Amino acid sequence: MAQDATTKWTPPEHTGLAKESAFQRLRRRAPWWLLPLTVVTVLSAFIVYGMWTAFFGGKVYSAPYLSPFYSPQIWWNGPVTPALWVLPFPLLFRATCYYYRKAYYRSFFWDPPACAVGEARKKPYKGETRFPLFLSNLHRYAMYLAVIVLIFLWIDAVAAFDLNGHFYFGLGTAIMVINCIFLSAYTFGCHSVRHLVGGCVDCYSRVRGGAKRYEGWKFITRLNEHHAMWAWLSLFSVVATDVYIRLVMTGIIIDPHF
Amino acid sequence: METPEIRSCDVLVIGAGGAGMRAAIAATEAGCSTIVVTKSLLGKAHTVMAEGGIAAALGNVDPDDDWKVHFADTMLGGQLLNNWRMVEIYAHEVIDRVRELENWGGLFDRTPSGGIMQRAFGAHSWKRLCHVGDRTGLELIRTCQDRLTATGKADVCMEYTLTKLVRSGDRVVGAIGYKRSDGGFVVIKAKAVVLATGGWGKMYRYTSNSWEGTGDGAAMAYEVGAELLDMEFIQFHPTGMIWPPGARGILVTEAVRGEGGYLYNSEGKRFMFEYDPKKLELSSRDVVARSIYKEVKAGRGTPHGGAYLDIRHRGAEYIKKKLPSMHEQFHALAAVDITKEPMEVAPTIHYTMGGIKVDAETAASTVPGLYAAGEVAGGLHGANRLGGNSLGDILVFGRRAGEAAADWAKSHEEGSVSDAELDAEQKRVLQPLATPEKGEGENPYLLHEALQWAMQDDAGIARTEESLNRSLTAIQEIKERAKNMHVPGGRTMNPGWHTCRDVESMLTVSEAIVRSAIERRESRGSQWRLDYLEKDPEQAKVNYVTYKNGDSMSVKPVPHDPLPKEKEELLHHSRFFEEKKA
Amino acid sequence: MTDAAEATTDIRHTQDGRTGRTVHFSVFRGVPGANASYVTYDVPEVEGMVVLDAIHYIQKNLDMDLACRWNCKAAKCGSCSAEVNGHPVLMCKTRVDDLPEGTITVAPMKTFPLVKDLVTDVSRNYKVNASITPFTPRKDEPTPWNIKQHDIERLYEFRKCIECFLCMDVCHILRNHDLHEEYYGPRYFVRMAGLEMHPMDDADRTEEIRTEGGIGFCNITKCCTDVCPEHIHITDNAIIPMKERVADRHWDPIRRMFTKKKESAKPGTAAE
Ligand SMILES: Cc1cc2nc3c(=O)[nH]c(=O)nc-3n(C[C@H](O)[C@H](O)[C@H](O)COP(=O)(O)OP(=O)(O)OC[C@H]3O[C@@H](n4cnc5c(N)ncnc54)[C@H](O)[C@@H]3O)c2cc1C
Ligand code: SF4
Ligand code: SF4
Ligand code: FES
Ligand code: FES
Repeated sequence: MAQDATTKWTPPEHTGLAKESAFQRLRRRAPWWLLPLTVVTVLSAFIVYGMWTAFFGGKVYSAPYLSPFYSPQIWWNGPVTPALWVLPFPLLFRATCYYYRKAYYRSFFWDPPACAVGEARKKPYKGETRFPLFLSNLHRYAMYLAVIVLIFLWIDAVAAFDLNGHFYFGLGTAIMVINCIFLSAYTFGCHSVRHLVGGCVDCYSRVRGGAKRYEGWKFITRLNEHHAMWAWLSLFSVVATDVYIRLVMTGIIIDPHF
Repeated sequence: METPEIRSCDVLVIGAGGAGMRAAIAATEAGCSTIVVTKSLLGKAHTVMAEGGIAAALGNVDPDDDWKVHFADTMLGGQLLNNWRMVEIYAHEVIDRVRELENWGGLFDRTPSGGIMQRAFGAHSWKRLCHVGDRTGLELIRTCQDRLTATGKADVCMEYTLTKLVRSGDRVVGAIGYKRSDGGFVVIKAKAVVLATGGWGKMYRYTSNSWEGTGDGAAMAYEVGAELLDMEFIQFHPTGMIWPPGARGILVTEAVRGEGGYLYNSEGKRFMFEYDPKKLELSSRDVVARSIYKEVKAGRGTPHGGAYLDIRHRGAEYIKKKLPSMHEQFHALAAVDITKEPMEVAPTIHYTMGGIKVDAETAASTVPGLYAAGEVAGGLHGANRLGGNSLGDILVFGRRAGEAAADWAKSHEEGSVSDAELDAEQKRVLQPLATPEKGEGENPYLLHEALQWAMQDDAGIARTEESLNRSLTAIQEIKERAKNMHVPGGRTMNPGWHTCRDVESMLTVSEAIVRSAIERRESRGSQWRLDYLEKDPEQAKVNYVTYKNGDSMSVKPVPHDPLPKEKEELLHHSRFFEEKKA
Repeated sequence: MTDAAEATTDIRHTQDGRTGRTVHFSVFRGVPGANASYVTYDVPEVEGMVVLDAIHYIQKNLDMDLACRWNCKAAKCGSCSAEVNGHPVLMCKTRVDDLPEGTITVAPMKTFPLVKDLVTDVSRNYKVNASITPFTPRKDEPTPWNIKQHDIERLYEFRKCIECFLCMDVCHILRNHDLHEEYYGPRYFVRMAGLEMHPMDDADRTEEIRTEGGIGFCNITKCCTDVCPEHIHITDNAIIPMKERVADRHWDPIRRMFTKKKESAKPGTAAE
């Protein structure tokens, strides 16, 4: 309290009452169905694109780039398109992700379409207590698999710095790295990761490595707070990477590089 | 007469704030069947609004603190008008009560070494207030609520208003009231009754109290012959919100000053340097409230007539962590960001030091079978309460009242409630719903407002004999008009009808306040008489006691039990001993 | 006013704050079984007015009989929950100038049985609360307890709950599907999360959360989080972590092998 009586301080202008921002106003005024509609459109588009690229799009590879849909490269020349071996894992991961569950329950099943607006469906509601939705509880296994796939994607991204033994850095490399960052932020912001790292601990002071686990939990919590954002960003970045490499592969654009 | 619902129990606890719930826990633990009654839902009593913390000399932050210093601070804060034995019990036991809360699952902020964190508060010698952010009352009430629920033995009656205590012979044997939801009458027979109905601020215009603060408990106790103590002492909390108009009176916790907030006048001067250069903003509440009042009266007030309270220098991060609900409250209600702008504050009626006269050890009132604990009881705080001493009070004396009531219940039989009494009470309570005697009848809300202005302006922070007489006349007038109150509608959840009951309690209690304030011809603690600006050593020896004398109200001076010589030494433990003596 | 009267008169506002605008309120009036209707009231706007101020104005000047619950008028007690323009909110925290222009509708919470006007019967919530295994301290812990800040940091959020029941009101499982018997509701997962993660608590409520609590019904759609006036991240920080704990026990044989159950896990026998 080392402030003396003579310290002068200028009384404020009365700032008046704060008005809401334009964004808040928009959000408040936007009709409730806008959000579900957007989600339905974007998610459907992704699934359609994913199917198309997996089944009919052909291998997407243009040295040194490999599309995330085709990584890891297994059974490169097998009878089925390699994408099919890999695609299910991330799809399963996203399908059981707590955030996407919210998004599609609201948007596809209308359970509920928005808060406090009434519900369309009148069938007895079972939530996630019955087949198939209770399988969402297996989310953590999907997470383990997704982490493995993510490791391959990082390997691909690192490998893309190398073209025939020479350092290579092109726009495609940057896109692949960014994609991996987004995917990592999404994957490690997962609620299951959060639980396993520290959420399951009751008293950090009494478990081994408690302080570290608490720090880890806090870090993941920070990622998790923006899980929805990472979910969408990584969804777009996967498609963007695939599209970009496809364009390079087909020669429509030439990859700018050093 | 309509047949009421009849219930019986060993111990009836009226009120489910901290005091009521703690009493009920104690009574059930002693093996008594217990009914707890509250006017609102469980967990919504005043206690939930308390922000700053619980004062207990744990010495976790300042190791020099102990119960003796706490004792001395409380006595000096109360200008030695306190019941010293109550203070002694309090300072001792509150330490265990706080730890007990923790053992029941309550969470406090922690010190780095893992103890309960404590913060500075006005006129406490050391950092003493155990707190969790600025929502300590919520933590307290929720912990007690969970504990009470867990025992599973107390029967909680929510949204019941009790209107009358029933006396049979010389002792209290139960209470009559009605259910707010449907207006049906209830009679609760009990071997012992604990009053824990909290304080009364609602007869004032600008108050931090909720609608419940109407003084029902004091009024009911007065009606059955209990004595009321120190009714003139009403605490003005220095910092209440003043703008926007709807938020006027809402509390700005003292924790803002405890965490280092400064007070400025419109000239940008920290005026507390003039009024209390030692304790500054953390002077006792009566001093700070009067200082703000004087600044405003001298024309140095803010645009809305108050002072600036500024905490910005602590930084946004710290403010949001330590004062989250203040941040939210100003943001939502006043659209002020307290990390960027100062708050405008002015005194608001906050707490009632006076109340039912009780025995220090057992919390027994002067009527057998009737106990009182918490804000409704008087004696602990003397002429001025220190912040944080109330949450401790309700735990310490809530428990003692519950235990003593259980003891009493074990040695007494159930009494009976006469039909005549029940009939009379039903008539009285239902009267506003009947056709008014004259004209359209009086609107209880408007009578309430008239009373509020009469008290605010004439029995408020500054008083004179003349102003007090003026407000007494106004109270008498309103009392006459209140006989003709009328409300439309039925008995189902009819707030107008409920207000009629509140107005009657408030009138009784207001009269007690004003009459006692007239008698105390001196300025002491929260009582500030412009016509007697000095302390009077003779009146330092007495408490004024209000009692029912036939049909009218009387006030008499009663010498209090002086502090024994051997305890006087304890007062030296306070860091503020010297200046208080002067 | 005489000088003497002036001396004691309390400091008052110099302005009355009236904005000159009149706001129309359409308020639900009625009791169960009778004809309910929306009644329109005109209320003069005051600067910074909240919906509860308007209700009080109506009670005092226009309709003494209009019932509503409130206590603190400072967003601290959670009594004044209602649906303003269809949104579950605290009336004492909802400023009139934050609402779109035009008539403001005020209705009681839809999920709970009506008592009268804006008042609903919320007693079920207290029943659910009473059935939860209460705090059960570890045995043989020396008092005073030593608890580190980081052990309880995440619990403060749960303890902020003011029991306004807005989350219970908005949750579609209760609101639209009426599964009151099967599902505890968001508020009570907040409480259970607070108990389960308490460093000194020794009870195990995982089974209770799954069976009586019915946590599987929650499809994490976050409406509860959206309406919580205390900004508790109900879904992310209470419900999902509890779902993960249930998954540990029920869906994850691998983890179950490695974690041993707490020793004194005897739900229901606590606090005796
Ligand atoms: C805004 C605010 C902040 C505060 N901050 C602090 C602080 O930081 N530290 C501190 O120590 N103190 C603080 N106080 C003071 C303290 O909170 C109260 O003095 C204390 O909580 C009173 O508790 P109580 O149990 O005596 O009564 P209350 O909590 O007021 O409970 C009274 C109970 O009685 C019931 N009741 C009343 N009349 C009837 C009737 N006729 N029939 C049936 N039931 C009835 C009510 O429904 C209620 O349940 C604060 C007070 C307020 C208003
Ligand atoms: S997240 Fe779960 S609890 Fe919350 S509203 Fe949705 S379904 Fe209800
Ligand atoms: S969790 Fe939030 S919305 Fe639900 S009752 Fe508590 S404070 Fe209200
Ligand atoms: S990936 Fe979204 S929660 Fe696990
Ligand atoms: S009145 Fe207490 S929350 Fe609104």
